[in-house]
Amino acid sequence: MRERQLRARDMLRGDLEGEELERYVEEKVVMTNFEKMLGWARSNSIFPLTFGLACCAIEAPISIVTARYDLARFGAEALRASPRQADMIILSGRVSIKMAPVVRRLYDQMLEPKWAISMGACSSSGGMFSNYAVVQGADKFMPIDLHIPGCPPRPEAVLYGFTKLQRKIQGNPDQGWRARYRAEGSEEWARGGPRSAPSGEAAEAYSAARELLRA
Amino acid sequence: MPDAPGLELIRGEIEAEHPGAVLDTGFSQERAVLSIDPAHVLAVLSLLRDAPGQGYRFLSSLHAADYLPAEPRFAVHYELLNRDRVERIRVKALLDDPAANGNEKALPEIDSCVEMFPTAEFQEREVFDFFGIVFNGHPDLRRILMPEDYVGWPQRRDFPVGGEPVTFTYNEKNYG
Repeated sequence: MRERQLRARDMLRGDLEGEELERYVEEKVVMTNFEKMLGWARSNSIFPLTFGLACCAIEAPISIVTARYDLARFGAEALRASPRQADMIILSGRVSIKMAPVVRRLYDQMLEPKWAISMGACSSSGGMFSNYAVVQGADKFMPIDLHIPGCPPRPEAVLYGFTKLQRKIQGNPDQGWRARYRAEGSEEWARGGPRSAPSGEAAEAYSAARELLRA
Repeated sequence: MPDAPGLELIRGEIEAEHPGAVLDTGFSQERAVLSIDPAHVLAVLSLLRDAPGQGYRFLSSLHAADYLPAEPRFAVHYELLNRDRVERIRVKALLDDPAANGNEKALPEIDSCVEMFPTAEFQEREVFDFFGIVFNGHPDLRRILMPEDYVGWPQRRDFPVGGEPVTFTYNEKNYG
């Protein structure tokens, strides 16, 4: 320790030269590319949406931010109350067919890039609610990056899933889901972004709907 | 709860004013039950509410049931409570299914009791939502729990349970 401090002092004074200087630089500098650095930054500063659907909400957004499990260790303690400020949504519980459009709208309002975790058996597959009221798996109406099994999953399982998501963000930021779900053009950006004006198709559909309402 | 002679007295009182209104009396699940003709539902309810000596002024619940193989198929249950004597009575209006006579879109109909018991408004909407029983005279008969554009009456017994067919060919081949 002392030795390293002395070496750093020498470097600052300009006393380090030749092979010693080379070794010092090799120790201190990490070479990477911009994509990797961006993924690293994103994965360690996720803003989850303050959002709960059912009983899993007790485990996920409530439990894992408490001192015992402490999501802050992974840099995601800042839960945002607005989807415009969030970049991760945890579907914690069963999604009823009446709630599905609301959840989809929340997801659409989140800014790119964004990720979704489907937590528990209910939101992944309908779980024990195999009936008229519950959507049989949330990936029927929105893209899901990660499924966490359990009924409900333990908070440890949620944290494990969260670290998996971090790894996914670092490794492969574009999952190509927009192409799979034919969802190009549904991105929402901050004001002034490339999509700040509504697409021509959407504007046409909107005005047609307005005319129908007036008639 | 009125005992058996008491229930017969209530039946006699109703029959005196509305002959043919009461179809049956009985006791089921610790509750006195008056099975009535749906055409007389408002008359029976107002008699139980307002006639001297009755005083069932509180509608504690309104719900429906589907007894599919049975005829008549539907029943709307009115759970009435006398808060002075703490006595409860169930009025069961038996409804035929008009769809059984060929017209598939026809819905069973009954008079609304919202004028008499304002609390029935949401409960009648719920019964309409789940069983498709139309309450004539209801001020705002819309779906209350299911989405507005939902098709079908999900609590009827002939409504499919839902869920997903198994899509794995392995399962189909071995167990299908």
